[in-house]
Amino acid sequence: MHDSNSNSTPDSTSAEHNPPNLRAEIDRFIAEGDFDLASRRLAELWRRDPASGTASFMTSRLDDLRDKTRDKLALTTFKLAILRSFTVEPIVPLLRSEAFAHGIDLEVHVGDFNTYVQDMLDSQSSLYRFAPRAVVLAVRTEQVAPELWRDFADLAPEAAQQAAERVVRGYEQWIGAFRKHSQSALIVHSLERPSSPSLGVLDDQSEAGQSGLIRQINRELRRIAAGFHGVYALDYDALVARHGSEQWHDERKWLTARLPIAAGYLLQMAREWMRFIVPLSGRTAKVLVVDLDNTLWGGVIGEDGMAGIKVGPEYPGAAYQGLHRALLDLSRKGILLAVCSKNNLADAMEALEKHPGMLLRPKHFAAMRINWTDKAQNLREIAQELNVGIEALAFMDDNPFEREQVRAALPEVTVIDLPKNPLEYAAAVRNCAAFERLTLSAEDRQRTEMYAAQKERSGNEQTFQSKEDFFRFLEQEAELEPVTDLTLARVAQLTQKTNQFNLTTRRYTEPQIAEMTKQPGWHVFSIRLRDRFGDHGLVGVAIAHDVGEQCEVDTFLLSCRVIGRTVETALLAHLAESAAQRGRKRLEGWYLPTKKNAPARDFYQQHGFEWQVTNCEGSLWTLDLTSCTLRCPDWIKLKVSDGVTEGNRGGKN
Amino acid sequence: MTASTFEQVRSVASDIFGIPAAEITTESSPETIENWDSMQHLNLVLAIEEKFGVQLEPEDIEQMKSIGAVAALVEKLQSAAR
Repeated sequence: MHDSNSNSTPDSTSAEHNPPNLRAEIDRFIAEGDFDLASRRLAELWRRDPASGTASFMTSRLDDLRDKTRDKLALTTFKLAILRSFTVEPIVPLLRSEAFAHGIDLEVHVGDFNTYVQDMLDSQSSLYRFAPRAVVLAVRTEQVAPELWRDFADLAPEAAQQAAERVVRGYEQWIGAFRKHSQSALIVHSLERPSSPSLGVLDDQSEAGQSGLIRQINRELRRIAAGFHGVYALDYDALVARHGSEQWHDERKWLTARLPIAAGYLLQMAREWMRFIVPLSGRTAKVLVVDLDNTLWGGVIGEDGMAGIKVGPEYPGAAYQGLHRALLDLSRKGILLAVCSKNNLADAMEALEKHPGMLLRPKHFAAMRINWTDKAQNLREIAQELNVGIEALAFMDDNPFEREQVRAALPEVTVIDLPKNPLEYAAAVRNCAAFERLTLSAEDRQRTEMYAAQKERSGNEQTFQSKEDFFRFLEQEAELEPVTDLTLARVAQLTQKTNQFNLTTRRYTEPQIAEMTKQPGWHVFSIRLRDRFGDHGLVGVAIAHDVGEQCEVDTFLLSCRVIGRTVETALLAHLAESAAQRGRKRLEGWYLPTKKNAPARDFYQQHGFEWQVTNCEGSLWTLDLTSCTLRCPDWIKLKVSDGVTEGNRGGKN
Repeated sequence: MTASTFEQVRSVASDIFGIPAAEITTESSPETIENWDSMQHLNLVLAIEEKFGVQLEPEDIEQMKSIGAVAALVEKLQSAAR
């Protein structure tokens, strides 16, 4: 077994589980025609051992699958051409394996050595015949600007400047020709600076030095790229720097095989290309669903409590803040964030809302599932709620069990394998190609706010284990008072506009309402509502009329913005209580159906009223006030004003 | 050369050349493995370097004329690194 002696190999970690057996399994599934399972095992093999040898195995089996199941696996086909000045062939299997892991079946055309200029200028070239979706222009400084790379110290300043300008003009011309002949995307490598400039530290004392001129070319390359649709700069110089120039380069392979990149970094080159290919292919994630415990903070909120969890500006909490910043950056690119956590809702919400170390707050999440249901089910619901396909989700959880469960149930979801060390969490998110974007619209920038506003308005009840949980979470405060001068206009307006939750749909003008308030036995109430999301204003009206022993409900309505959160019960309970206080024995009300008021149909029945009669206009319901138990729900803080104001005595007109 | 090193080299070679590990012996060479051309030789070198965390010199690479020679070379480099 090649992994049996794990301490001798740098890449075989404890997570590596018997890849030779996995290979045998893959071959068996292919032979048996179970291509779906074969494809899942291939993905697993690549996760466990993303190395050159594995990549060779992967590509040969991917070719098998491609021949046998074209179109059957849900892969996006993508044709990529690579124009180059160095050996890229060993990178291709790594690239195809990475692409497969992102749901892409990549077909690669590699141009001949240093023929990139002809290939781009000649409309009949093999490049254009291949009809790629995207082209990588991977050219090294040493080939495209040899004067600037070697013997630079021998070059007069004007000649050096001219050489830099010549390189820029070249790129401008090639890219212009490319755009004339092709609509494909073009990814242009920036030029790398020498790790040891000819003149040593002296080089950096001037912008006209070797490094300065290469930087100048790179700036110009960005400008040129920005001047064309679908032309993108890949910062090769920064890529090399990120991994360390000394590590990245292998002079032996360069001199013997024209391969400048060391064996251990070929995968990094492939992954950098993927950061363009994934967004170009559309296989991006639109939503990142995150776990809470040991993901957004260190520790378990249900056990460690607010004081025990680790998140804040100091180590170790700082690692989690680093992740928060990475997530905030995603949301600034239009990627929605969501929470899926097994927790008690109240515990988790307290931390999300109040923990001083949290940079992420509930408003940053477009959807939340905090419950004990399995995560695959929660992810399905999140996709549904946000109106995206399940393949648009990415999922991040520190717990390998949860990740595997999601992978098994929902293979379309991008599952991010969080590293063991929380200090590496942020990089795992930032380096995930599924979150790359090549353009950013105004809508992208505002998407999180738009979803947040929508969610808050509609009330995201599914986040909560029960409706009661949700109602308590809302922290509603209602204020009930008889109509006043100040509220008269709004009350009349509501009777005229409200269609859905309106039991009798009687329309009244301001003067009519004002007149009512002067009549003995008539009572006009309004209700205002405030909750944690803000003030909803005056949202409900009830008009009652005492007749003998009974009190008749003339009008009962609620703005559609606040239907279904029990403020209607509070209003009805007040009608009943106040009528009982005035000595009435019964509360009586009609439901008069219209095309739009179905939401109010069962209202009286649900609140303990007894059906009396139904005629052609509607049905009449009665509540016995002597035995009535109707109360304002305990999750609504209700304030009743006596409303003794000028308006109550008269009205305007 | 230990059995373990040979097994590991053999499994890398099996991936690179696309033939079952069981068909690969210490004697297997560019003469017996049809796929073993210069590009696959480079791929083998890269896979070995990556897998064992070693750096092969151009002179070493020329010596890699059989799977047995590759395994022996890996062991030599690994013991030198210790």
